[in-house]
Amino acid sequence: MSTQTSTPALVPFERAIERYDPVLGLEVHVELSTATKMFCGCATAFGAEPNTQVCPVCLGLPGALPVVNAKAVESAIRIGLALNCEIAEWCRFARKNYFYPDMPKNFQTSQYDEPIAFDGYVDLDVEGETFRIEVERAHMEEDTGKSLHVGGATGRIHGADHSLLDYNRAGIPLIEIVTRTIEVPAEKAPAVARAYVQHLRDLMVALDVSDARMDQGSLRADVNLSLKPKGSATLGTRSETKNVNSFRSVERAVRFEVSRHAGVLDAGQSILQETRNFHEADGSTSPGRPKSDADDYRYFPEPDLAPVSPSREWVEELRGTLPEPPAERRKRLQSEWGFSDLDMRDTVGAGALELVVATVAAGATPAAAKKWWLGELARRANEAGVGLDELGVTPEQVAGVQALIDEGRVNDKLARQVLEGVLAGEGSPEEVVTARGLEVVSDDGALGAAVDAAIAANPDVAQKIRDGKVQAAGALIGAVMKEMRGQADAGRVRELILEKLA
Amino acid sequence: MSDPVRLKAAEIAEALGDGSLTSVDVTQAHLDRIADVDDRLGAFLHVDPEGALATAADVDARRAAGETLPTLAGVPVAVKDLINTVGQPTTAGSRILEGWVPPYDATVVTRLRAAGLPILGKTNLDEFAMGSSNEHSAYKPARNPWDTERIPGGSSGGSAAAVAGYEAPLALGTDTGGSIRQPGAMTGIVGVKPTYGGVSRYGVIAMASSLDQVGPMARSVLDAALLHEVLAGHDPRDSTSLDAPVPSVVDAARRGDVTGLRVGVVKELGGEGFQPGVQQRFDETVELLAQAGAEVVEVSCPSFEHGIAAYYLVMPSEVSSNLARFDAMRYGLRVTPDGPPASAEQVMAASRDAGFGDEVKRRIILGTYALSSGYYDAYYGSAQKVRTLVARDFAAAFEQVDVLVSPTTPTTAWRLGEKSDDPLAMYLEDVATIPANLAGVPGLSLPVGLASDTGLPVGVQVLAPALADDRLYNVGAALERLVDAPVLADIDAGAAR
Repeated sequence: MSTQTSTPALVPFERAIERYDPVLGLEVHVELSTATKMFCGCATAFGAEPNTQVCPVCLGLPGALPVVNAKAVESAIRIGLALNCEIAEWCRFARKNYFYPDMPKNFQTSQYDEPIAFDGYVDLDVEGETFRIEVERAHMEEDTGKSLHVGGATGRIHGADHSLLDYNRAGIPLIEIVTRTIEVPAEKAPAVARAYVQHLRDLMVALDVSDARMDQGSLRADVNLSLKPKGSATLGTRSETKNVNSFRSVERAVRFEVSRHAGVLDAGQSILQETRNFHEADGSTSPGRPKSDADDYRYFPEPDLAPVSPSREWVEELRGTLPEPPAERRKRLQSEWGFSDLDMRDTVGAGALELVVATVAAGATPAAAKKWWLGELARRANEAGVGLDELGVTPEQVAGVQALIDEGRVNDKLARQVLEGVLAGEGSPEEVVTARGLEVVSDDGALGAAVDAAIAANPDVAQKIRDGKVQAAGALIGAVMKEMRGQADAGRVRELILEKLA
Repeated sequence: MSDPVRLKAAEIAEALGDGSLTSVDVTQAHLDRIADVDDRLGAFLHVDPEGALATAADVDARRAAGETLPTLAGVPVAVKDLINTVGQPTTAGSRILEGWVPPYDATVVTRLRAAGLPILGKTNLDEFAMGSSNEHSAYKPARNPWDTERIPGGSSGGSAAAVAGYEAPLALGTDTGGSIRQPGAMTGIVGVKPTYGGVSRYGVIAMASSLDQVGPMARSVLDAALLHEVLAGHDPRDSTSLDAPVPSVVDAARRGDVTGLRVGVVKELGGEGFQPGVQQRFDETVELLAQAGAEVVEVSCPSFEHGIAAYYLVMPSEVSSNLARFDAMRYGLRVTPDGPPASAEQVMAASRDAGFGDEVKRRIILGTYALSSGYYDAYYGSAQKVRTLVARDFAAAFEQVDVLVSPTTPTTAWRLGEKSDDPLAMYLEDVATIPANLAGVPGLSLPVGLASDTGLPVGVQVLAPALADDRLYNVGAALERLVDAPVLADIDAGAAR
């Protein structure tokens, strides 16, 4: 094997794909949202104090034995069915043996050659074209703990003076979903990879089996990629880019690795078979650890667990619980809502689909729901650096604010203040309106006085209006609104001004 | 009333029931006996007088208050130091777990506590149960009460020595390839390996998960059955635990009737390679069964001769994986190499090097090799096929007969050090016991007298189909009556006091 002596320049993606075709493989780990771990009764809550969700089993204490979480098996089967997989009539767990401090038993209980689900596919719509991605397998395994390296730069092990171990995550159930090789037109590859991961996320949410949060690691994608010269049938050496943790990053990782591979190959060098770490900041990858097909995990069937043999009746029963497939559901919603393709793509892309569904269910029109979630709320989420669903406002509350507008009780500007109050935890929209006294004033008595005052204070403007320059009324309306602290019914103010100056 | 340590468990239970003894008296008598003789026997790695006496006092108080107690309540027991006990160290006979006190009880220990048995202490064993002589204990060898220059067998050698040496009426052992039955035979006591899955393995430090089984060791068949009944039953924490009714072992041990019973003598387990004195006692035992009305036939189990080879692939493979967790990261011995700051991997390697003995390392290396990519099919895969063949041999045999019998071991107890340099010779000691572990069927060894050539105890093994553990006790109880009860060991006889 030749070694890389220098780092060849990247070849721009568009140029690279003139000469090379990428071959992709995607491995996605989904952390199941079961209440307890894969092989013990420990809780699985995210973000708990280190080592507070552990027991003899998930700590690998001497003598401890695993027991399979039936709920995790159920989730695995439902995921398999949703991926159009066959479900094994009989399968076993296996031990994957290797030493690593964050793995309490120094083997991972996983599935090897007998996955619970296999031979499936998903169909993706990407820019109007349908691509079928073949799923080789979906298997059950347990997560590892986490190492925290202290004293070195950027939390990496290199240069650290000690490490801390948190086993809360050890034993959390994972489903690993592995595609067969994906060969699509080169220019589509980044978008297809992204669409695939996005599709899996939607599927997991629809199945209600996982939070599927890439930012929290409950959905993690590894991007395997190799290049082959156009027209060649020979597969190149692949790299495995680990833990790419956003949809956009999936796309970027594919583009970067295509550029990098092309550069290395153009320079006459060989691609090293290795894992790569993805860097969110600049979309690049860097070497992880070398990997070879000779990595020897000494797999053998886990003797501490009985085989899993789901009855066909149970599998069919679970098939009956599958939700409408996400793509079909989106098509149905788009037509029900009267959204354009662009509207729909924006909504899905913003991660707002479920929020809009819930807001519509709470009484808002689809257009209004979309306006809030993709406008004002998206802006605020962006500013706060959080997801839309973490903003602290529920779809019901958004629908409540919209109802205030529709009833003419607040205007757009007041509505934003109501929302602010809701976000500040001041209660329901109705409660905020009452507490902050935000309701629009349309009572002629109060408005009339303010209008008279504005006319008196702006004689020049008033004269212009009397002379027929109706558009000048805006200045007087502004003055009234200012006086009324924005709470005047602007339409009624305008009518009053025009009446008084007719 | 005779010295309580000379009583069998059933006799102690009766004396406790009729008030002629208290559990505190009995427990104290055994603790005194341990204090007296254990420096010569090396049966215990840890003794817990406070804990044992507290349990005894509690049982006595409850009995005095008129409470109905389980049969063995108040009868002391010793526990192999491979089995987790809260409040007492559990070392697996290894330096790597020196001083480790488990935060949880093994299910079998929970059952002992619930049944009110005072736990005297933790018994010596070959490191991680790997050995047939107890010489592989990292702490000290256990010795045979019949001759303290001889091995008590292994790996449950400490439990066997404790029971045979009157330090405990009952003990727990574990049996992966014969580790209850072989030391039982070597020391002239009864030892039973229950059906795989009949007794929970939860909290028992794993050697080879698919073979390990906890079982009773005692000085009579009835005593073993009484303890078996306490230990057995489904445990939801052990996925390999059988959810089936516990066989009526105590009833069977009280019955002891072999009239019309079909007994198969395993052709492959005897003759060449078996010590003449052992073979002779075995043949006499078979004759006694026939005289008592059993139909004795010879049965062939041709795959048994491959049992050792298969066992020495399956067992080390599982060992190599099961013992990976001893890495100094969370518990146990931690050795940090001298020099510049060590990486986690270096600490793991140094700790495992210092903490594991040679036999453990030998088996880890064997197993690592057997599971390696490219060798898996030839080694682990083939061994699993042999396992299937052994199970088929049993199935075919049990269509013809109700139980199988053989000598438990090819020889009587050997001298300490005699086979230490010859692991293969040591492995061959398990030839007769291994098939039961490979197939998951139950086996019992009971003493049938002394070998004429060595004057040491000989054990006969009875094997039955899975979940027919009661047949072992029925045959065992019959033999116990038929055979001249062998004189039990008395290390005091030759000891200057």
